[in-house]
Amino acid sequence: MFDFLEDYDLLGAFWTTVQLALLSAVGSLIWGTLLAGMRVGPVPLMRGFGTAYVNIVRNIPLTVIILFTSLGLYQTLNVSLGADGVVETLNFRLSVLGLIAYTSAFVCEALRSGINTVPVGQAEAARAIGLSFGQVLRLVVLPQAFRASVGPLTNVLIALTKNTTVAAAIGVAEAATLMKKMIENEAQLLLISAVIALGFVILTLPTGLILGWVGKKVAVKR
Amino acid sequence: MTEVSVAKDAVAATDDLVVLKSVNKHFGALHVLQDIDLTIARGEVVVVIGPSGSGKSTLCRTINRLETIDSGDITIDGKPLPAEGKALARLRADVGMVFQSFNLFAHKTVLENVMLGQIKVRKTDKAKAEEKARALLDRVGVGTQADKYPAQLSGGQQQRVAIARALAMDPKVMLFDEPTSALDPEMINEVLEVMQQLARDGMTMIVVTHEMGFARSAANRVVFMADGRIVEEATPDQFFSNPRSDRAKDFLSKILHH
Repeated sequence: MFDFLEDYDLLGAFWTTVQLALLSAVGSLIWGTLLAGMRVGPVPLMRGFGTAYVNIVRNIPLTVIILFTSLGLYQTLNVSLGADGVVETLNFRLSVLGLIAYTSAFVCEALRSGINTVPVGQAEAARAIGLSFGQVLRLVVLPQAFRASVGPLTNVLIALTKNTTVAAAIGVAEAATLMKKMIENEAQLLLISAVIALGFVILTLPTGLILGWVGKKVAVKR
Repeated sequence: MTEVSVAKDAVAATDDLVVLKSVNKHFGALHVLQDIDLTIARGEVVVVIGPSGSGKSTLCRTINRLETIDSGDITIDGKPLPAEGKALARLRADVGMVFQSFNLFAHKTVLENVMLGQIKVRKTDKAKAEEKARALLDRVGVGTQADKYPAQLSGGQQQRVAIARALAMDPKVMLFDEPTSALDPEMINEVLEVMQQLARDGMTMIVVTHEMGFARSAANRVVFMADGRIVEEATPDQFFSNPRSDRAKDFLSKILHH
C-alpha cells in the first residue's frame, strides 16, 4: 500500500520544510524582538514604524507576501539574495525572507503581550540604578517578557512550521510541493494527505510539548 | 513656614545637595505638586509625611525624574536634573531609590540584583562587584540569602536587598518611597533598623513614610505635605509636640494616641 512512497524523497522534502521553519524562526525572533523594542520605545518615529509594520504585514495573506518576494523583489527589483541565479536556492531564500517578514509581526505582538506582564516597577527600578533604555529592555524587561511569552511564541512557531507550505507557491521543494506532485501521479489521495499530515504532526507535536515544559520551567516567580 | 526655611537655608547654604525650586506638576486636572520649595543638605535626613494623595510620593519620584515636572527647577549637587538620555541615567546612578513594592529584578538572584548596576553602569569588574554585593548583603543582614530568588524571600528581606542594591551604586542621596508600607508589621522594624543605621552613617536621605517613630528618632527635619503643598517644615520634636498648622494638627490627631 505504501510502495509508491519509495519513488519520492519524502524525507528530503520534510528536511526542506524543517530548514524553512528553523531559519524563519530564528530570523523572525530577531526581527520580531527588534519590532517589539521599537513599539515600546520612547522614539515616536520608531513606535510609528513598528505599529504600522505590524498592522500592515499581519493583515496581508502570506501567499501574497511570498509571491511578492518572487514577483516583486526578484523579478521586478532584481533582489537576488546572492543566489547566483540558482533557482532552487533563490526561491528558498526568498521564501525564508517572506516568512520572516510575516511571522515577525506575530512574534512582535506575542512579545509585547509578554512585556505587558512585567510589572512597571521592574523597569522603574532598573532606570533608578542608572541603566539606559536599551539596558533596561535587554537586561530586565525582555528576559522576563520572553519567559512569559513562551506559550504564545510556541503557537507562532507551530503556525510558522505549517505556513512553510506556502513556499510551494514559488516552487520550493518542501513537503506541500511534494504532496502536489504525488497527488498528480498517484491514485492514493487519502493516503497521501494522511502521510503529509502525519509528517507535520510529527514536527509540531513535540515542539508544543517540549516548549510547554520549557515555559513552565523558566516562568518568573513573583 | 518661611522663617523656618530661611533659617534652614542659612545653616545649610554651603552644602545643599538636593534643591527643588517652585516645582509644579499636574496629573490631568489634579495639581499634585504646587510650588514646592525644598532644600536638603548633605548628610541630612528628611522625612516627608502627610495624608494619602498629598503628593509626597510624587515629590520623591520627581527627584530622580521617574516623574517629570511641569515647571520649576531641581538640582542635585549643584547640577540641574537632565531631561533624558545618558546624562539622566548617570544622575540616577547617583540617586539611590527604594520602592514601596521592593521591585527586585524577579529573574535574577539576590546577589545578581545587587551586582547588576555595578557591572553595567559603574563598569566594575565582576569579582569586585560580587565582593561588594556580598559585603552589602551582610551589612543589611541577608548575606545568607544571596543565591535565592526574590520571590523566595520575605518582604522585609526583599526590602533590605533593595536597599543594598541602591547602596551598591554609592549614591549621594537615597530616596525611600514608603519603604515599609507593603510590609507585614513584624517585618517593618528590620527594615527601619537598616535605615536608622544608614542615617547614623551620614547618608543623605529623603524618606516618605508613615512611620512616625522613625521620623522622631532618625529625622533631622520633618516635612509635612497636604494637597500638593508643603504645609509645615520643622524638627521632629517641634512638629510632633507643637505643630503650627491646623492641617498638621488634624493629621497628627488622627494617627497618634492609639
